[in-house]
Amino acid sequence: MDFSTDVLMDMHRRMVRIRLFEEAAGQLAEAAKLPGFLHLYVGQEAVASGVCAALTDEDQITSTHRGHGHLVAKGGEFKPMMAELMAKSTGYNKGKGGSMHISNLDVGMLGANGIVGAGAPIAVGAGFANKYRDNGVVSASFFGDGSTNIGAFHEAANMACALKLPVLFICENNEYGEFTPRDKTMAITDIVDRAAGYGMPGVIVDGMDVVAIHEAALEAKKRALAGDGPSLIEAKTYRFYNHHGVQNLGLKYRTDDEVEVWKQRDPIFTFEDRMIEAGTASRDDFDNVWAELRADIAEAIQFAEDSPVPEVDQILVDVYSATPGAAS
Amino acid sequence: MTRKIGYVQAFNEAVRQEMAANEDVFCAGEDIGAFGGVFQSYAGLQKEFGERRVVDTPISEQAIIGLGVGAAVAGLRPIVDIMFMDFIAVAFDQIINQAAKVKYMFGGSATVPMTITTGGGGGLSAAAQHSQSLEALICHIPGLKVVYPSNPYDMKGLMTSCIRENNPTIMIKHKRLLGMQGEVPEEPYAIPLGKANVLREGTDVTIVSWAKMANDCVDVADKLASEGISVEVIDPRTMQPLDTETIIESVKKTNRVIVVHEAVRFAGLGAEVAAQIQEEAFDYLDAPVGRVAAPFSPVPFSPVLEAHYQPSPEKITDAVRSVLARPGA
Repeated sequence: MDFSTDVLMDMHRRMVRIRLFEEAAGQLAEAAKLPGFLHLYVGQEAVASGVCAALTDEDQITSTHRGHGHLVAKGGEFKPMMAELMAKSTGYNKGKGGSMHISNLDVGMLGANGIVGAGAPIAVGAGFANKYRDNGVVSASFFGDGSTNIGAFHEAANMACALKLPVLFICENNEYGEFTPRDKTMAITDIVDRAAGYGMPGVIVDGMDVVAIHEAALEAKKRALAGDGPSLIEAKTYRFYNHHGVQNLGLKYRTDDEVEVWKQRDPIFTFEDRMIEAGTASRDDFDNVWAELRADIAEAIQFAEDSPVPEVDQILVDVYSATPGAAS
Repeated sequence: MTRKIGYVQAFNEAVRQEMAANEDVFCAGEDIGAFGGVFQSYAGLQKEFGERRVVDTPISEQAIIGLGVGAAVAGLRPIVDIMFMDFIAVAFDQIINQAAKVKYMFGGSATVPMTITTGGGGGLSAAAQHSQSLEALICHIPGLKVVYPSNPYDMKGLMTSCIRENNPTIMIKHKRLLGMQGEVPEEPYAIPLGKANVLREGTDVTIVSWAKMANDCVDVADKLASEGISVEVIDPRTMQPLDTETIIESVKKTNRVIVVHEAVRFAGLGAEVAAQIQEEAFDYLDAPVGRVAAPFSPVPFSPVLEAHYQPSPEKITDAVRSVLARPGA
């Protein structure tokens, strides 16, 4: 499939936005400026970018504990995202969610999630609402390889298929469930083998190739909107940093060589090389994107640092929604 | 206009009327469609509203609750059914970590107007996995509202409120009350969540109890009245939020109180009620707050054992006499 320069540059921009956001978050964490846990998406940028470029603002996504990339790709803004990571009141979640629960319903991002596999049933619920309203909207659930071992995923996949809901299941197979390699936790190599068990098509794509992912996502979306139900996309990818934090080398559970091999396949740099080779864009074009977005990140960090922390009287705010007109 | 209908019909009527009034309301759960649900709570609804709005789901409690959470965040008003309350354990992540917390975690931006309906309570020899009253577990979770009606009138009004409520609400139907008859208005009405009902007024002792036990307590109170003992019975109806104010007002009047519930005594809601009473009305108490509840064991299958397991009229009567035996101030 051929894509216009606009589409290609848009996907590139999404990937660079994720990379810069994540690198900045990592540095801030190292400087002890981010409370709590941090799971970085560096290395996997092509997956969120290729899928979200196929979605509209109305389409919903659910995410994982490694969720910043999904929100950035879906159109999340740096300032309220960075403020949320710094637990400031100007954050998307007013400092009550943080990295693991970051969300923005305005762009259809129904939350990162601290519970592995928990996003899938929620995406199915959003998909149900879309079918119910026949509104031409789809939902996509991002999850890791490890997620497919938890019951919630199985229930969600089966229900979505049984009810023929417009849902995209996007598996980011980065080969590790936290610190344990995939081959210790499942007897199959390809997650996509599971799709047949639910009665949906499954496709393996190179998770380091944003164009391949985008194509697969468009196909899955087409199928969903045609009323043919869900699809499973397995993107073979890799996280360059550790399960949490920024360390990537010298760890016991995977070799430095393995990390280096995958880094050679960096989704952004390989994409740039291909585009330059094809004459679609120049080095300068890409450098300009990086420079512009670096400035945005610096501004966002400043915004977050200058923002106030939440007032303590906010503890009890937003535990419950008001119900206007309720009997009293 | 009012007429006599059953507890489960009152539930069904609330759902039917709210579905008719609001296109965003739909129901999903196991066997609720053509079959009408194992307790017939959803009888006739699929015929009336179609398969689009009354959905038979796989036996997948996590996905059933997740279906509700996702659809609610996306703007619908789901009613999702978990057949037996015991099965909420299967879906605890979606209830506790997702439904209850989405609004707060998202900084208030999400609304989760969903109702989880389920059947609770024992007395049917349904044994340890189909008989529990687990209201204390879910009342412990900020973000949830919990309702456990004791009669058909309350059922209809409270279920109507649950459906209209903008928060995840758990409506527990007591299995031994399904056939209970009572006067219920035909037209829709809503009973506020978080407001107790004084089932019977009295001056000597307060009993706080809910669901089936509340009715048993009224029977006990009626019997004790013939001995000149005046018992007030308060049914909180909503366990979360709990109408502490009505309970405290009553204790200030009677100075003696017992709490009666089907759930096990240890860390049951009786403990919370007792704690709040001593915090708010310590000086008014003439006796320690009494508790009548189940012993610390799973619900036994044997009818003989289960009858002994549940709070009985005799145990409730003894507890009333016990708090009355203390000399007053």
